[in-house]
Amino acid sequence: MFDKFLIDAASLRNTGPTDAPTGFAFEAKLGYYRGLGLSMIEELNVSIDGEALAREAVTFDEGEGPITLDAMETAYDRRWPFGAPATIAVAHPGGFPSGEHRLGFQQKLRVSYLPFPSFNNDEKVVSL
Amino acid sequence: MTSKIKRGVSLYSFQEEMFLGKMTLDDVVGFATSIGAPGIEILPEQNMPTFPNISDRQIGEWQDRLAHRGAHFTCYDMFLDTKIRKGAVMSDEEQVASIVRDIKLCNRLGIKNMRILIFVRPDILEKCVPYAEQYDVHLGVEVHAPWYLDHAWILRTIEVADRLKTKHLGILPDMGIFMKHYPPAFRGRFERQGARPEVAQFIVDSHEQKIMCEYTIYEVAVKMGGNKAEVAMAETLRHAPFANPKRIADFAPYFRHIQAKFYEMTPDCTDPSIAYDEVIPQLVKAGWEGTLSSEYEGNRWIQDVEDVDSREQVRRQHVMFEHLIAKAETQVEPA
Repeated sequence: MFDKFLIDAASLRNTGPTDAPTGFAFEAKLGYYRGLGLSMIEELNVSIDGEALAREAVTFDEGEGPITLDAMETAYDRRWPFGAPATIAVAHPGGFPSGEHRLGFQQKLRVSYLPFPSFNNDEKVVSL
Repeated sequence: MTSKIKRGVSLYSFQEEMFLGKMTLDDVVGFATSIGAPGIEILPEQNMPTFPNISDRQIGEWQDRLAHRGAHFTCYDMFLDTKIRKGAVMSDEEQVASIVRDIKLCNRLGIKNMRILIFVRPDILEKCVPYAEQYDVHLGVEVHAPWYLDHAWILRTIEVADRLKTKHLGILPDMGIFMKHYPPAFRGRFERQGARPEVAQFIVDSHEQKIMCEYTIYEVAVKMGGNKAEVAMAETLRHAPFANPKRIADFAPYFRHIQAKFYEMTPDCTDPSIAYDEVIPQLVKAGWEGTLSSEYEGNRWIQDVEDVDSREQVRRQHVMFEHLIAKAETQVEPA
């Protein structure tokens, strides 16, 4: 319902030393009309030019500190509030590749009243 | 006869602007009162970022926000995360505890109606009734398309309410069950996604004739070789019922709040899809007392091509409500 608004393209930046970035990060919102507990966010898939990056490389931070997707599975006391940006950080030696690239971001949510998982997808052409 | 129908808005209606930071909660409440719809339906999990931890100070801020603008709460939309743990559904006791948590917060906010998600089991709700009575909160199971008033799942809740002789369990209809015409906004979106106009017209015609959806889906998917957008459009028919508005009076004792779902209002303030012109006379005739609470859900169908203006859409719906209620009052004789 909010797919095209998930990635904040202007927030993309490299992380780690300026001369030797170890990854990149961007701000994103939850594509849902309410907030959701982190244990029900099953996947946060990041891709560059359609190529998926490793699940283990991704961390999430809604303001309570970076957390891996594995750890989110049991983070019953943390929530991603409605309309609130959170930081998606990806370990990626060298940082985000130079020039224009397609940054993909997919959320897989476990919504209790739906019989199937809910997927949200955004993809934006970005450059650093 | 003069009806006792009141008007309000669900904060759900402004999800696009609030998500994008274009409207604050103050803006929404102020707008609602400006159009004569001061009843506010809240989704705590949307509108209270620290949910479920809400301090008395936060409660006070909400009460001030509403009081300063001449608004009041009408309804609390609950959720139930039965799948909070991967691979295991919540126990019955945990489900009751979660709902009781919401009942208590609802009471602290001074709200007397709770929207219960339709998937919550009637036997779970039965266990919640003593708490609903203690905290004076009406648990209304959301009658949402493709369910409808007479659906057997809904009748199970009615049966529990009757057996317990309680005034604190019932239903809460979502007007999406009265989809008389296929929404033009849906069609437009599917055509932009590649649905051929002639196939879209076939689907609209089939809905207009109230042909059972599976016939249409098979026609489109198999016989017409429908593309992805066409099949997806046909499949929306599974969730597009037109329930009989004449049944409203029979169920009126069981509901005190209505989610006035809509997908679009035309510039002349008519709803091209939901049959409010048939529903409102029935509500007036039944002498129903409660709030028509706008639930605009059109944003997702048009945001690919235009900026969403939820305010204008909701304003138009209330112009229609005023007109239809006044008209019904002059035409309907007391039952």
